[in-house]
Amino acid sequence: MKNSLRIPYDGVVMAAPVTIPYRRYSIDSAQWWIGRALGALVAQAGIKPSDIDGLCVSSFTMGPDSGIGLTQHFGLCVRWLDSIPLGGASAIAALRRAARAVQAHDADIVACVAGDTNHVDSFRLTLENFSRFNQDAVYPYGAGGANSSFALIARNYMRTFGVTREDLGRIAVSQRANALRNPNALMKATLTIEQYLAARPISDPIHLFDCVMPCAGAEAFLVMRDETAASLGLAGARLLSTIERHNAFAEDPMQVRGGWAMDVGELYAMAGVKPDELDFVQTYDDYPVITMMQFEDLGFCGKGEGAAFVRQHDLTIDGDFPHNTSGGQLSVGQAGAAGAYLGLVEGLRQVLGTAGSTQVKDANLGLASGFGMINYDRGLASGAAIFAGPSR
Amino acid sequence: MIDPIQPPRRKNPLLRTRLPTSPPKPRSRTSHGFTRAAAEGRFMLQRCDACATFCYPAREACPSCLSSSLAFTDAPRRGTLLAETTARVPSDLYFRERAPWRVGLVKMDCGPLIVAHLHADCKEDAAVHMSFQLDKGGQAVAFARPDEETPNMADDRQWREMTADPKFRRVLVTNGRSVVGQETVAALRAAGAKTVFVGVAEPWRPFAGERQLSGQEGIEIVPLDAADEKSVTDLAADIGGKVDILVNTTEYVRAGGLLDRKGTSIARDEIDQAYLGFINLAQAFGPAMRMRGADGVNNCAAWVNILSVYALANWPAFGAYSASQAACLSLSHCLRAELRPGGVKVMNLFTGPTDTEWFQTVPPPKVAPRAVAQAIVAALRNGLEEIYVGDVAEEIRLRLAANPKALERELDR
Amino acid sequence: MSIEPEDVTMDSRNLLELASAISSGAVRVVDLTFTLTPDFPVIVLPPEFGQAAPVRIQEISRYDGRGPAWYWNNLTFGEHTGTHFDAPIHWYTGKNLPNNAVDTMPARDMVASACVIDCSAQAAQDADFLLTIPHVEAWEMRHGRIPARHWVLLRTDWSKKGWRDYANLGEDGAHTPGPDAAVMKWLVEERGIIGFGTETIGTDAGQAGHLDPPYPAHHFLHGAGRYGLQCLCNLDQLPATGAVIVAAPLKIQNGSGSPLRVIALVSSA
Repeated sequence: MKNSLRIPYDGVVMAAPVTIPYRRYSIDSAQWWIGRALGALVAQAGIKPSDIDGLCVSSFTMGPDSGIGLTQHFGLCVRWLDSIPLGGASAIAALRRAARAVQAHDADIVACVAGDTNHVDSFRLTLENFSRFNQDAVYPYGAGGANSSFALIARNYMRTFGVTREDLGRIAVSQRANALRNPNALMKATLTIEQYLAARPISDPIHLFDCVMPCAGAEAFLVMRDETAASLGLAGARLLSTIERHNAFAEDPMQVRGGWAMDVGELYAMAGVKPDELDFVQTYDDYPVITMMQFEDLGFCGKGEGAAFVRQHDLTIDGDFPHNTSGGQLSVGQAGAAGAYLGLVEGLRQVLGTAGSTQVKDANLGLASGFGMINYDRGLASGAAIFAGPSR
Repeated sequence: MIDPIQPPRRKNPLLRTRLPTSPPKPRSRTSHGFTRAAAEGRFMLQRCDACATFCYPAREACPSCLSSSLAFTDAPRRGTLLAETTARVPSDLYFRERAPWRVGLVKMDCGPLIVAHLHADCKEDAAVHMSFQLDKGGQAVAFARPDEETPNMADDRQWREMTADPKFRRVLVTNGRSVVGQETVAALRAAGAKTVFVGVAEPWRPFAGERQLSGQEGIEIVPLDAADEKSVTDLAADIGGKVDILVNTTEYVRAGGLLDRKGTSIARDEIDQAYLGFINLAQAFGPAMRMRGADGVNNCAAWVNILSVYALANWPAFGAYSASQAACLSLSHCLRAELRPGGVKVMNLFTGPTDTEWFQTVPPPKVAPRAVAQAIVAALRNGLEEIYVGDVAEEIRLRLAANPKALERELDR
Repeated sequence: MSIEPEDVTMDSRNLLELASAISSGAVRVVDLTFTLTPDFPVIVLPPEFGQAAPVRIQEISRYDGRGPAWYWNNLTFGEHTGTHFDAPIHWYTGKNLPNNAVDTMPARDMVASACVIDCSAQAAQDADFLLTIPHVEAWEMRHGRIPARHWVLLRTDWSKKGWRDYANLGEDGAHTPGPDAAVMKWLVEERGIIGFGTETIGTDAGQAGHLDPPYPAHHFLHGAGRYGLQCLCNLDQLPATGAVIVAAPLKIQNGSGSPLRVIALVSSA
């Protein structure tokens, strides 16, 4: 029973995309990183902290706080508050919640923020408390992380569709080329396909350059109505459509598609655009195989055609299919939950024309997607958003 | 194809011993349905009473129909390996030390998808035989083996982490005076144990079967009176670092309950030999055994107790004996927890009356000492924790689960 | 038992002389006692009967966390373990006699002279050797009549054996030397001995259950309020006559016996 008559996002804009540059390790707390992002938001938007009347936060390491603790911590008095624990899908989900809140005038200026620290044991502690199914039925099997779970998915996907490591390597290599233009990217060295192929195996078929580097960082943006943005003199990106889907295709023995495939038609119909009209795509790239799935499931090619797609297209900033223009998590780093925001925040800069050295020429229409929460044997959460610059 | 493991060389006394580490231990409460299955060597999954769907991992409601009637039940073991991966750089310390480590995703014929440890001979798209095993953390994990027997199958490196195979290990059988003890010695040697130390108390007192034990290759009679502190610590001083498996074959059986006996001298012997003996053995051998849980091919792997099934439910005709066994059972649980950090399994074999002299007047079925010995070897090979030997023990197990009060009344005969 | 001696007096100077003679070695103190350990063989009764507790020595502390400056043990043992003393109350024949337990027996019975009868050669030939009246009469021909209120100690050198041979258990029980029925009745009634001592486990022979009456040493000794000593050693260091035995059992309430230190005072001359 599907209701395709979703209410449009008329009047909803996103403004003030903020990235607090990542650090590999940080002795500061997640609260420090989140606070930095909030500070950057108000500075960039030219508002007072008390103007923020809605807060949406995502973080793996802000414990024992949840969102409510942060209100007092940062001196925010809000009439709308949410915490999104959806991993890599958190940004899209946050955007969707905040969009409806400002549309309904439940809030006027919502800060959507994700921030995580990275101590030497943050990764291990996060994994240990990830989910019950992980605790019971994955973690005891040795991976100590998502690597083996994604390895199994990758292995199956590659065997099923005849995808080679070289095909997947094209994604990593093109993103690294993009990252070399991003001063905030933690990866600074070039990456050739030979280096990608020769890298040490982590969990077959996953090798070193298929894996993101956990780090500390924060990303954020504001959601408001267009009249609010205008009154502040703020440029805003217009939200055209979103989709969100969790635990899709449970009957697939192994994951070869994400939730987007269920609702991709609605994504484009609501936005009133076609896939080939997009100026760039920011996918959730933990791991390259998931990016390839997103190319298929978000309508750029058919299922099983992802390898051919990457062979046929140039995924760099100046190529014919600009993808993960900041370098993606693979080359910038994964700052915990901020990894969900990386693509969307970069996408906002693109359509607002403020991407600087990674700017795609004339970028006005873009897509950002999210994916995450490998609860047992597959990633459960997914989402995507299409948004446009002021001039489109 | 597995290469057979080679007999381990002498330990290098100049090198530090690798200490035991543990795979991740936390589990949800419901997930301990698998712990119980693994302990007994059963393969069980939750099955919905309403719609008959099997599900995995452990849940509180059926993912098909939301019924909360999800009992654990014996399930078919066959599945197909969909995909495998070999973890080369696990971040978990236990697996990092043992990398590369192979896991895979199995689609069970009965439905669920199970992430499992893989035997080296499992192949993608081929059938596998699933079990739940207790890993070195004492928690249940799924393990897939090839559907058919392959050469040197038991020598698989990952399988050996789940089991306590006697092959190449050195075993202490604490009491060789009893027939069960002697049969255990023979069975362990036949199973490939390198050396079996056989404890004999009061060597000045002859016993039947003595001649068969002495002068045998791979069998070494050692003085051991478990109830004598000094005897135990002296033996541990000599061989404590060489005991890879300890089999507690203490046997002191006397009929009688409370009112048909006079005084406590027999009870004192029961407690002295079974309970205090257990404590002495644990204190003398336990620390070194726990420390050697990761010490190479012949690492320390198990402590086996032979207990009467009447430890679980008192049989008044042997009431005092039952009580002393119950005391030892409780101690064994304590020991199990204390040895778990070393990855050393405490295995309890529950047996009904054995076909030995102190149960002479008990009608059959009785358990042959050889059956107990063989059950010990099987338990070690399969890494079990709770083993019921013989018809009486199995029946007591079922009756206890069904209604302990009925069992209590019916044992009063 | 208290048979009055001849009219002998002794003043305290003799006692002091005795003490200094012991210090100087003029009087040797011979320890006739086995060390009390858990591995010493004990009497083995048919399994259906109550058994003596095995010796248990359990450390309480040993200059450690359980007690930093001291070492001490708890002990468990039966009254009839190791080198030990049998009181008349131990056997049914003595059960009704007055002062028949270790705590009620007269203290002066704990010091008495001993006659040591050497049967080591015969015992070496025959594990079931039985001491008879003719054996003792032959001894008396050489050493004189056994005086009243003396211990008779049966030397067999059995204490020198390894413990397997010491216990010497066969399929029909123990095979160790001891006295026959007639000699025990005779020693008690005709010679008035204060007690009988052996090197073996038990004052009776290993196969004495088949004598008539069974266990005659226990039967006649305790029936007459006399005592038993067993698991003695170093009897080969004693003269045939003249040694003074000190055998003082623990003062256990209504006790039937106890392990004890048995020492012999022997003139060095």
